This record gives sequence, structure tokens and C-alpha cells, in this order.
Amino acid sequence: MLIDQSKFLFVAISLFFIGLCGIILNRKNIILMLMSIELMLLAVNFNLVVFSVFLDDVVGQIFALFILTVAAAESAIGLAILVVYYRIRGTVSIEYINLLKG
Amino acid sequence: MYLLLIFFPLIGFILSISLGRFLSPKGSAFVSCLFVIISFFSSCLSFFEVGFCRSPVYIKLAPWIDSELFDASWGFMFDSLTVSMCVLVTCISSLVHLYSTSYMSHDPHQPRFMSYLSLFTFFMLMLVTSDNFIQLFFGWEGVGLCSYLLINFWFTRLQANKSAIKAMIVNRVGDFGLALGIFSIFLVFKSVDYSTVFSLIPYFSQSKLLFLKFEVDLLTIIGLLLFIGAVGKSAQLGLHTWLPDAMEGPTPVSALIHAATMVTAGVFLIIRCSPIYEYSSSALFYITIIGAITSFFAASIGVFQNDLKKVIAYSTCSQLGYMVFSCGLSNYSVGMFHVLNHAYFKALLFLSAGSVIHALSDEQDMRRMGGLIQVLPFTYTMIMIGSLALMGFPFLTGFYSKDVILEIAYSKYNFLGTFAHWLGIISASITAFYSFKLIIVTFITNPNGYKSSMQSVHDAPFAMAFPLFFLSICSIFVGFLTKDLFIGLGTPFWNGSILVLPEHLNIIDSEFIPIYIKWTPFFVSIFGSSLAITLYYCLSEALFKLYTNNLLFVNIYTFFNKKWFFDRLQNELLISSLLKLGYNTTYKVIDKGLIELFGPSGLTNLTIIFSKQVSILQSGKINQYAFLIFVSLIGLISITLTLSFIKYFINFQLSFIFVIYLLVNNVNFNK
Repeated sequence: MLIDQSKFLFVAISLFFIGLCGIILNRKNIILMLMSIELMLLAVNFNLVVFSVFLDDVVGQIFALFILTVAAAESAIGLAILVVYYRIRGTVSIEYINLLKG
Repeated sequence: MYLLLIFFPLIGFILSISLGRFLSPKGSAFVSCLFVIISFFSSCLSFFEVGFCRSPVYIKLAPWIDSELFDASWGFMFDSLTVSMCVLVTCISSLVHLYSTSYMSHDPHQPRFMSYLSLFTFFMLMLVTSDNFIQLFFGWEGVGLCSYLLINFWFTRLQANKSAIKAMIVNRVGDFGLALGIFSIFLVFKSVDYSTVFSLIPYFSQSKLLFLKFEVDLLTIIGLLLFIGAVGKSAQLGLHTWLPDAMEGPTPVSALIHAATMVTAGVFLIIRCSPIYEYSSSALFYITIIGAITSFFAASIGVFQNDLKKVIAYSTCSQLGYMVFSCGLSNYSVGMFHVLNHAYFKALLFLSAGSVIHALSDEQDMRRMGGLIQVLPFTYTMIMIGSLALMGFPFLTGFYSKDVILEIAYSKYNFLGTFAHWLGIISASITAFYSFKLIIVTFITNPNGYKSSMQSVHDAPFAMAFPLFFLSICSIFVGFLTKDLFIGLGTPFWNGSILVLPEHLNIIDSEFIPIYIKWTPFFVSIFGSSLAITLYYCLSEALFKLYTNNLLFVNIYTFFNKKWFFDRLQNELLISSLLKLGYNTTYKVIDKGLIELFGPSGLTNLTIIFSKQVSILQSGKINQYAFLIFVSLIGLISITLTLSFIKYFINFQLSFIFVIYLLVNNVNFNK
């Protein structure tokens, strides 16, 4: 029995939106933001895997593997920046990250 | 040769304005004089060829404006009228150039002065030789420009600035009329060439034109519009106020531009357009009336002026009136004859006045002269000859044209002719009066000048004396020599350049008027001059008492001395209200108000407000940025998708109407 893929898609989109809300609504911690980005990437991965199974095409799964590696590298860099930032500013709260304001 | 005649003064101008610093004042004066004199000799040759040998010359030099609908070319036409003007212009101009070398020798800007004079000569020749109205307009504006530059030559003098601007602006009114006239000529004839327009005139003699929603006679309105141009340039009543003020310029300029040549451009225009005027009797009517009134009006003011040059300026104005009304009475050749004669004796008068002013170190007020006959005998002789010629003393130059003008006015035997004749006679006596008043007050009475101005007094040096001498010879003989050529009965000289309809021709009638009418101008002149001699020589003390004690005479004196309060009337009635309109309405409400609000400053204000609101968006918060990026991405995608989706299903025009409908409904609903 094949499950209707719209259910999978719903899960993927919900995950993506949870990640988005994590970025937009989160005002406290920048680590949470990194985690939300990871969540969004996972949602996209999930989407790719679902379609790869559905279309019977292995390229989607290979692509998901690529994304996982890139995401790992990216979160490593992000965490490194975070550590450096904490050493300089003494905080990782988003409220105080407003140096971009001209 | 014909082109060189026109362009030699331009070469002189270019050389002396661009190389004036290297050529030294004397060098540039020599160069400009040389070129103008060469031009004079070529004009004499062309006068011989065109005038005597009767071979008019047409030169199409180059296309100027060449569009299918409107063609104007740089073309030159030398017919009898043109070459007479050319000889006049270049002759007076050469003499004035020569005179200026001495008169302006102390001035540091002499090269500039000489170059302006040459430029003026070029533009004047351009004006008279053009073969279409556009090129005439070019020359017309060019001489106006040179007049402005030369009045304003001593640009540090406030009075000169004011006069120059006044001359420019008053002329602008006239030029407006002239431009409208040329527009309407183009509107009707689809051409501005003289030959085309004048040959088509008879077919339009009954046509009407809608002007300002009024149906008016076509040729009348064209004639009157051109006449407004002539009124401005020739200083006729209404727009005459600039001419006396223009005397602020150097005296050679007054002689060349404001007496002999430029101010006659208006008369030249009327004569040139004789085919237009001949078919419109109402235009001729107005020309005659204006000319006759001007001749009387200006003469009456001239009597009560104290400035030496202003007296002569008003005399010019008055003589221009004579020329204009003789044209208005359809005797264009007589008007042209008077233009030519008047140029010689009026240039003579102005240049002699310049000699007096030069001798007295720039003293112009006649009341501070007197007794100059002892120290300036030569200049006295010259002014005497000029004045006698001006008042039409028998067998001098002025006699031949002025008396003929009065005779033809009488022999018209209608209201118009009688009106012009009487005003002309009165002005003739006044002319004699102020001419002799000028001579007596300046030269004969006891010296009234300052010692300082009398100490360095000297008679004219050669460069100034030669032009005076030459002009005096002209003032004595030219009228006699050229009378039969220009206005003799059945003279073939004009050769079709002037059109007079047979029913307007009355020069034959003027030979058969009563003998006492022929003598009248002479007697009134003698009466005027003897009255002037009696009043200012024998009874000057009584006159002084009259002026100082009798209130009535003081009032009369003030009335005429202040030029019939014409300037004041113009200022208070017309100019101040126009100025207020210009400042309050057009400047403050429209320019600074509406246009500024919706134009530059409104836009900048709007941009500033908008950019302030936009900059609020830049909060520096990363999460807000992320939100914005996401929302705009979604918006962009949805717009693209919706459009690409919708366009297959909905007619755009219908949807537009639907949107409008919704909007209207909503507005109504809100109300």
C-alpha cells in the first residue's frame, strides 16, 4: 500500500515552517537560530528523499547526502563564528546583535 | 563684390574683437575703418550697377531652414531700395568709424567699440539686403543687440545700463509685433520670401483672417503688425521712449545708430512692404496718423529739453514721423528720399554735438555752454549747416524732401492729408525754433560754462573734422543732386522695388497746389527761427522771469520738459501693474508655487520623506531581515505564479474595469 505523498510533503513543509519561525520569532539565542537552519535543511532533505522514492530516482538521495555534508560543514563554521563572537561580545543574545544598523 | 559688401564689416568685427589686444587700439581702429570703407566703395559700385544700370542682383547663398513646409535661405537681394540704403549705411558708418578713432582715442576699450560699430554695420546691411522676412528679422534683432551693446558701452554707468535695458525691452514690444506679422505672413502665404509674398498680395486683397477670434482684413492686420515692429524700431509715438534715453551712449553711436541708420529700419520695412500696405487703406490710415502725431509730439518736447543730445534725439524722432506719414500717404519714394537726406544732416548734427561735448570734456547740458562760437568756429559752422538743412532752408538737402512731404500731404485733399499737413507745418516751425535755440544757447550767448570745462577746449582734430566736413558737403548738395533721381516725375530709378497703386499716386497733384501753400513751410521756419533768436538772444532775461515767476509757464515748461509725462504714464498705468502681475502671479503663484510644488522641491521633499520611512526598515535585527527576505520572496513568487496562471483565464481589460468598479464601490461605501 502506497501512502499518499501529500502527507510526507505536509511533514516536510511543517518542518520547514517550524525552522522558519525559529529564525523569525526567536529573539534570545543565536544557537537556536543555527538549529533552526539545520531544521530547514533537514526539511528540504526530507522532501528530496520523498520525491526520490516516489519517482524511483536515486539522484535525490545522493543529493540529500551532499546536503547533509554541506550542512555539517556549515554548522561547524557557524559554531566557530559563534565562539569567536562570544569571546568578543560576551553574549550570544540576538537582541544585542544590531551592529548592522547604520 | 555684392557679398563682400556685406561681409567686409563682419571681417572687420572679427579681426578687431579677437585680435584687438594684439593690434593695439590704433591698429584695430585702422582695420575696422579700412574694411568699412572698402565696403562703402563696393556699395557705391553696386549703386551704380543696380541703380543706374538697372540690373537688380539676387544671390541665393545657402539654405538656412530647409524643411518641406518652411524654406528660408540665406539670400540677398539688391534692388534700388537696397542699394540706396547700403550706400547710406556704409557711408555714414565709414565716417563714424573715422570719427570714432579720434573721439574714442582716450578710451581703453577702443577696439571693442570699433568692433561693435563694425558688427552693427554688418547687421544693418544684413537687414537691408535680405530677400526674405526671416533674414530681415535676423538683421533686425542684430542691430537691436548692437544698439544695446553700444548704449551700454560705458557699462559702469548706471544710467547707461538703465537706458540700454530700456531700449532692449521697448524694442522687444515692437519685435513681438513684427514676429507676429511674419508668422501671419507665413500662415497665409506659406512662404517668407519677398518675391513670393509680394507677387501674391493682390489675390489676397479681400481675404479675412481670424485674429484673436475677430475676423479682420488680412492685409490690414499683417500691415499693422509689421508697423508695430516699425513703431518700436523707428521710435514712433507709444514706443518712442527708448530713443531719447539711448543718448546715454557715446555720441558716434548716437549719430550712426540712433539717428542715421538703425532707427530708419522701421521706415525701410514700411517701404519694403509697400505692396502689402498699398492694398490696405486702413493700415495706411493708422500709419499716417501715428507718423503725423509723432512728428508734432517729438518736436514739441525737443523745444524744452536742455540736454544737447536729447534735443537732437527728439528732432530725429520728429523727422522719423515725417518719413512715416509720407509712407502712410503712399509716397514711399519721398519717405525714402527723406531717410537718405535726413541721415546726412542728422549725422552731421550729432557728430558736431559730439565735437562740442568732446571739446568741453563731456559737458552735455546746453545751459552750461554758451559763447562757444569764439572757440569752436568750425563746429559752429557745421551745426549751422546741419540745422539749416534740418529745418528745410531753401536749396539745402532737407528742403527737397521735407517740402515735398508737406506738399504731397496737402495735395491729398482729404482729412488724412490735411491732418498730416497741418501737424507737419507746425512741427516744421518748432523744428526751426529748437534748432536755432540750440545754436544760440550753445554758441552765441554769453559763456555760462565752468572754467574747468572751458580750459582744455579745442576745435575738432582732423579725424573728427573730416567726417563733419564731408557730411556738411552732403547736407548742402545731396538733396539737390539726387532729387530727380529719387522723386523726380516718372523716375525709372526704383525699378519695381516700390509699388504705388495708380489711385494713390499724387506726386503730380502736388505740383499744382496754391503757391502760398508751397511757401508756408519756408515762412513758418523763418518765423520759428526768428522767434528763437528773439527769445533766447534779445529777451532771455524776460524769458527767465517768465519761467521763474509765472506759475502757468512753469507748469507748461514742466509738462514739456518731462516729455508730456509719457514715461510716467507708462510706468504707473502699464508697467507697474505688469510688474505686479509678473511678481505676484506668475512668479510667486505659478513659478514658485505650483511648478515648484509639483516640480523640483516637491519631488525632493517627497524623496526625503519616503527615504526616511524606508530607513526605519533597517533595524539591524537579523530575524527581521530574515522575515523580510522570506515575505518578499513569497510575494514575488506568488505574483509571478498568479500572473502566469491568471492570464489564461481572465481578460485583462475586463479585470481592469472590475478593479475600477470595486474601487468606486468601496469609495461610495466609505462615504
